[in-house]
Amino acid sequence: MGETSLVAVLGAVIRRDLLLALRRKSDVLTTLFFFVIVVSLFPLGIGPEMAMLRKIAPGVLWVAALLATMLSLPRLFAADHADGTLEQMALSAMPLGVLVAGKIVAHWLLSGLPLALLAPVLGLQFDLPADALGVMMLALLVGTPVLSLIGAVGAGLTLGVRGGGVLVSLLVLPLYVPVLIFGAGAVEAHIGGLGATAHLSLLAAFLALAAFFGPWATTVALRIALE
Amino acid sequence: MLEASNLECVRGEKSLFRGLSFRLEPGACLMVQGANGSGKTSLLRMLCGLSPPAAGEIRWNGKPIRKLAEDYRGELLYCGHAGAVKDELTALENARIAATLAGAPVEEEAARAALRQLGLKGREELPARVLSAGQKRRVALTRLLLEKRRLWVLDEPLTALDRAAVANLCGVIDAHLAGGGMAVLTSHQDLPLAGRVEHLRLD
Repeated sequence: MGETSLVAVLGAVIRRDLLLALRRKSDVLTTLFFFVIVVSLFPLGIGPEMAMLRKIAPGVLWVAALLATMLSLPRLFAADHADGTLEQMALSAMPLGVLVAGKIVAHWLLSGLPLALLAPVLGLQFDLPADALGVMMLALLVGTPVLSLIGAVGAGLTLGVRGGGVLVSLLVLPLYVPVLIFGAGAVEAHIGGLGATAHLSLLAAFLALAAFFGPWATTVALRIALE
Repeated sequence: MLEASNLECVRGEKSLFRGLSFRLEPGACLMVQGANGSGKTSLLRMLCGLSPPAAGEIRWNGKPIRKLAEDYRGELLYCGHAGAVKDELTALENARIAATLAGAPVEEEAARAALRQLGLKGREELPARVLSAGQKRRVALTRLLLEKRRLWVLDEPLTALDRAAVANLCGVIDAHLAGGGMAVLTSHQDLPLAGRVEHLRLD
């Protein structure tokens, strides 16, 4: 047991979750398609009013990213809970916090990261200038890990509860508000000529906080859910 | 050595058992018996530390398992009703990933040997989805061979296993006990074990 470092186990959990996602692609693709469709509905509904579209673009992209992340949350622990893997993780000689952290990283790689990479393409529909698209992507890259980290706590708390999917939205969406405000604010500030540094720094601070407390709080929630 | 003193289990309003005490020495096996709903699984989950007893204490080598946490979990192997076998992964991947998650990664050759020993030769690369219930159970049981743990807690390990597999599993458990290991298990069938078996009835 001595030669198994925590980093190796973290990597193994991430690889496992990515492999599972690869064998069950529909789960990941539904989240992405949801994001693409919701974002694309706005320009279609509003029509070619460029000034209006540019104005609402950051908010629309961020709200869609929030909802798409929400959609993927119930699956984070549900399958592992149902087949007993979560029990085995809780009984592992490795700290549960590390295993949970691995699952959260994998969740971000499968939801947050693709959303951030897709955002500039979708932003073109809103006539956003190229540099604003860059800021948008950067804000999403810093902000979406926070969504996965906070969401994991909610998914842990609602594990095994009937109607957990709805409950997790009620629990987690209010906590997403600061990320939404500063994430969308970063793009607006950049367009307004103020620079996005302040907003991005705040998002990074949220990320640091969430990375510290998120896995720990999720671990506590999961141990309660397993009792 | 595993000791339990005055354990009580409460489910809802009902007390399933109380004042339960036992002591398990190295090389011995504890067979927990009782009707459906008598609290066998609840007792096993308590022994693993998954759920706390309503009263009483469980000690491993004299120390409460609550305090030992990961040190105790490193000595323990639990195999529950749910086998923790992923349908999307092959038998081999399941065996290796389960060992890694438990904190005891194994080489591919060791995992193949364990699968062969449990009669899954030729099925290593098949996704668990296409395996039968008994074969899935065997995949779950490869953990017994791959993770070197002193205490085995097995909840209905014989479910869905055929005669040959039962005999095979008994051999594995006997070898574990002969090596100074301990086992707590529940079963509605008789296990022809050669080692020292103590019985505990929950009623």
